[in-house]
Amino acid sequence: MTGALAGTLPILAVWAGGWALNAWLARFDTRLTRILVAAIFGITVIVLWEMIVRIYRVPTVILPAPGQIAASFAANTAILWTDFVQTIVKGALTGWLIGAAAAILTAIAIDRSPFLQRGLLPIGNFVAALPIVGIAPILVMWFGFDWQSKAAVVVVMVFFPILVNMVAGLAATDAMQRDLMATWAAPYGASLWKLRLPAAMPFLFNGLKITTTLALIGAIVAEFFGSPTHGMGFRISTAVGRLDLPLVWAEILVAAIAGTLFYGLVALIEKKVTFWHPSQRA
Amino acid sequence: MTEALARGPFVRALRRGAGGRTLPVLTVLLAIGIVWYVAAIGMNAQWVRDQAARSDTELSIPAFIGQTLTLDRPVLPAPHQVAAGLWDGLAGQKITSKRSLVYHGWMTLSATLAGFAMGSLAGMVLAIGIVHSRAMDQSVMPWAVASQTVPILAIAPMVIVVFASAGVTGLLPKAIIAAWLSFFPVLVGMVKGLRTPDAMQLDLMRSWSASARQVFWRLRLPSSMPYLFASLKVGVAAALVGTIVGELPAGASSGLGARLLSGSYYGQTVQIWAALFTAAALAALLVATISLIERLTLTRMGLAR
Repeated sequence: MTGALAGTLPILAVWAGGWALNAWLARFDTRLTRILVAAIFGITVIVLWEMIVRIYRVPTVILPAPGQIAASFAANTAILWTDFVQTIVKGALTGWLIGAAAAILTAIAIDRSPFLQRGLLPIGNFVAALPIVGIAPILVMWFGFDWQSKAAVVVVMVFFPILVNMVAGLAATDAMQRDLMATWAAPYGASLWKLRLPAAMPFLFNGLKITTTLALIGAIVAEFFGSPTHGMGFRISTAVGRLDLPLVWAEILVAAIAGTLFYGLVALIEKKVTFWHPSQRA
Repeated sequence: MTEALARGPFVRALRRGAGGRTLPVLTVLLAIGIVWYVAAIGMNAQWVRDQAARSDTELSIPAFIGQTLTLDRPVLPAPHQVAAGLWDGLAGQKITSKRSLVYHGWMTLSATLAGFAMGSLAGMVLAIGIVHSRAMDQSVMPWAVASQTVPILAIAPMVIVVFASAGVTGLLPKAIIAAWLSFFPVLVGMVKGLRTPDAMQLDLMRSWSASARQVFWRLRLPSSMPYLFASLKVGVAAALVGTIVGELPAGASSGLGARLLSGSYYGQTVQIWAALFTAAALAALLVATISLIERLTLTRMGLAR
């Protein structure tokens, strides 16, 4: 009892110290302190995690310490890299690109028909809310165990959110702007290319950003239904079976880094493409 | 006769449908149905052809099509086969039977609801903290956003195994995954909603010398409601996905996810599709329920559009 109590004191001290520092820094509210506050919070959580695991001797099976995860990450870089290539580059990225391209083309195709828009949008919205991951077993059956089936799952998962956003984006110009194009006698192609596509970009990027994580999730979950002997989903399920939790967490770390970079990349491209939009100029 | 028909309620309904949503949606659904049947014939053709070649029989075209649509383990089951599978799963079994979709659906639904309740509650509480404390805003918010770039579902199998090794199985591990997924949309929506009152409204509250508590209960909370409900709808759908994925690994034996997995092990395509449609119906039901509560609440608060 006294041991547990003595253990709590440093944990509380670190927590209170980190929090006090943040509370003090938050008052300045500049760009630098905002980054600092977020960083200090993250570091505090990791330090607390390490301390709790060490002081209370939490079994590795339940929660490995950050140090163990880092060691496992460093020891298994080769495995992690092949898994990354298999699942994220081949599965998620290919599927995301194909799905996004298909959704954009479909949106442009149905853009000219208000009838189709009214029919497709409610269904698209509905499908976007469904647990689409569930189709993974079917697509694994159709396309085999390798990355093609994962890409197919990702295509279906990202298609509808992007489609719904893109259709809404193509309809986002106001009547005045469309009339102006008409008075210039702009053909459909020109008004699409010069007016409606640019106007749709903020909506499109919204859809693209939402689907970055969906793509990773689809590729990883599809591997639970069958995969070759590498890939993140395969590694996670087998490592869990062997209770090699540090390796599982290392894979999760890879997924988190990849997810953040993927999202950041799309956000960066968004910034370049839609620099004129109010949300980017703030 | 034609004039009477032209003015008749049926035609009027049809016109309204064409201008509204019903007719377009029905058209699209019909098109999907046709595409599905054609695809089912095409994808199952190879198998039927092989069978015919093996038994050295010549199939007429109607018989050929008939066979593609009635296979036991089709590559793509036809819609009516899925419907039959659904009907059998929902009504053809005892509710307690392991083959009943009602049983598996309930296992999934109960974990979803428990997780959704935990997740949305945590999201709301954290949002209230974030709106009231700048330090908390700057510390927690960036990490809450970053946490969403982690494909959380990847953690699902680990959560299940960790809880199992600690002796906790059943509803709770699945509910925690569901909670984790529904937490973020609710947090973001609620923070946004609590911040919608503009400076003018806040000043008015101050000129009435309202306490922070009164500002919260009388101004911030009511104006956050539309945002909250929008994100609750996203959150409940996410919670369902989380529960289903939580059922996949570690050999869970009940729930729609387990149905999907066992269907994929034994090549029971109709079973997979039936489970999939049950999940879709559950998602639709959950979202519709929240929409209903939303309408009732907003009407009562005078916020309905």
